[in-house]
Amino acid sequence: MKLKFIEEKIFNFLMLLSTFIVLAFLGSILWAIVKHGWPALNWDMVTKLPGGGFYIGKEGGVLNAIIGSFYIVGASTGLGLLISIPVVFYLNVYLKKKSRLAYFTRLSFDVLFGIPSIVYGAFAFTLMIYFGLRTSLLGGIIVITLLIIPIFIRSMDEVARQLPKDLLDATYSLGATRLETIKVVVRQIAPGIATATLLSVGRAIGDAAGVMFTAGFTDSIPTSLSQPAATLPLSIFFQLSSPTPEVRDRAYASALLLTIIVLILSLLGRFITNKFF
Amino acid sequence: MSTTLLKRRIWKDKSAHALMAILTISSLFLLIVMGVGLYLKSENILHEHSLWTLLTTTEWKPLKNVFGFLPFIMGTLWVTVLSILIALPISLLTAIFITENARPWVKHFVFPALDILAGIPSVVYGVWGTLIIVPWIADKVGPHFVDYTSGYTALAGGIVLGVMIIPVLVSLFVEIFSAVPQDFRDAATSLGATKWQTSRMIILRKALPGIVAAVVLAISKAFGETIAVLMVCGNMIQNPTSLFDSCYPLPALIANNYGEMLSVPLYESALMFAAFILFFIILIFNASSRILLQQIEKRFKL
Repeated sequence: MKLKFIEEKIFNFLMLLSTFIVLAFLGSILWAIVKHGWPALNWDMVTKLPGGGFYIGKEGGVLNAIIGSFYIVGASTGLGLLISIPVVFYLNVYLKKKSRLAYFTRLSFDVLFGIPSIVYGAFAFTLMIYFGLRTSLLGGIIVITLLIIPIFIRSMDEVARQLPKDLLDATYSLGATRLETIKVVVRQIAPGIATATLLSVGRAIGDAAGVMFTAGFTDSIPTSLSQPAATLPLSIFFQLSSPTPEVRDRAYASALLLTIIVLILSLLGRFITNKFF
Repeated sequence: MSTTLLKRRIWKDKSAHALMAILTISSLFLLIVMGVGLYLKSENILHEHSLWTLLTTTEWKPLKNVFGFLPFIMGTLWVTVLSILIALPISLLTAIFITENARPWVKHFVFPALDILAGIPSVVYGVWGTLIIVPWIADKVGPHFVDYTSGYTALAGGIVLGVMIIPVLVSLFVEIFSAVPQDFRDAATSLGATKWQTSRMIILRKALPGIVAAVVLAISKAFGETIAVLMVCGNMIQNPTSLFDSCYPLPALIANNYGEMLSVPLYESALMFAAFILFFIILIFNASSRILLQQIEKRFKL
């Protein structure tokens, strides 16, 4: 057989192998989390606050972290949408296609997208010290909002850029101002907004390094913006560093919870993308 | 009446324009403010020690006012390089398989799998690392090479990070390979090249700048990853000399010490300097790779 056919065979095998390895990594992760998390997962985990001695194996749950994550993610997603929809609209409707401002804005959001959350956390922490804030729900919300704005803008912008120019021209010809075309634009990019939201929520809920500095950690549910708030990833992290096996088991159960939430979000995102694009 | 209505609409349009411009420009400034803020915070330590000593000495004794960042920088380099070495061949072959060889239905379950891999939070990767990778290294791999290893090693960090950047690399590669025009493939095939020869000599060569840009992007992701490496790298302040040594990457340093930051003089400044290093390197890497990717996109479109 000619050498090139042997080479072809070898590399075809290697390609199949590496695709299989990628799938196997995913399988291994899911299997490990389910295997260790499922036995420890019970109703108390999701409905109870950590009781006295929770971190040495006494009873309780991680409701504080679930609610804390929920508050932070909910508020920052809302804020993020509020800030990023106008920016995307401005980039695509008000600015010309070859505008320098649009170019630099897009580039800077691309870069911001790559800045790790620990840097966001450190930066937000210095800001908080500067303004005399303590670790609090508000701090967590601010840093997560900053973190997800680039995700929002990048993924919405990708959809908005494909907006047909004719559509805008048609609305102008009917006498609409540029601002008034927002009704058409938003409706047109609605699936893009939905996907961007799910992406951001997925990233926001899984982030630990950013909130570590800024939201702090607590065993109770925060009742105001100035109180510290627990988050699910940090709760997993702290429980896992405990020497007690029961507590570590609960860390696995919390990790399973977090994974399930993220899986649902990601599947929903893919479903929307497939359905509307 | 109608003129006032028109005026009001135009006024609304103009004020919205101004508001959105302010919002856009201020978000543009976020990057600059971040860099300047971190730099100002790390200025204290730069006044006391020269940049060169900070970056090249290995002693880290904050209580004695000795700050050597080299162990952390080396730790970061070790795990980053390892992760790329692991992820790059796997991602390249997977991406070629998906774009060139695979039947369409394969994409229908490889892409969702990549989506899920990309979406799994880093703390879960850390849990996976401590459950699977660390014991594997400690019990199976380690004993073949060294007398004793705890498993919490640079290698563990490299593997976990490698898996984390695979989805980033594969999706970028697939995008880049799909952008190579079909004509090239047809021409190669008509000259008698096999599929792999076409992939190796045409696709990979044409896509080389794109591959470089994607790798740079992946490096910057691996650079900044915090919680997962914090959980599996062992966090001992030393220059790692083998795969089976513990290491202590920069992001882990920042995350581990934020609580004590304020009590020791210059400590806060030192940690902010660490954050500034990360910020600066990632800024350069990211900006250059994005610009490169845009150039490539333009070239293929013409």
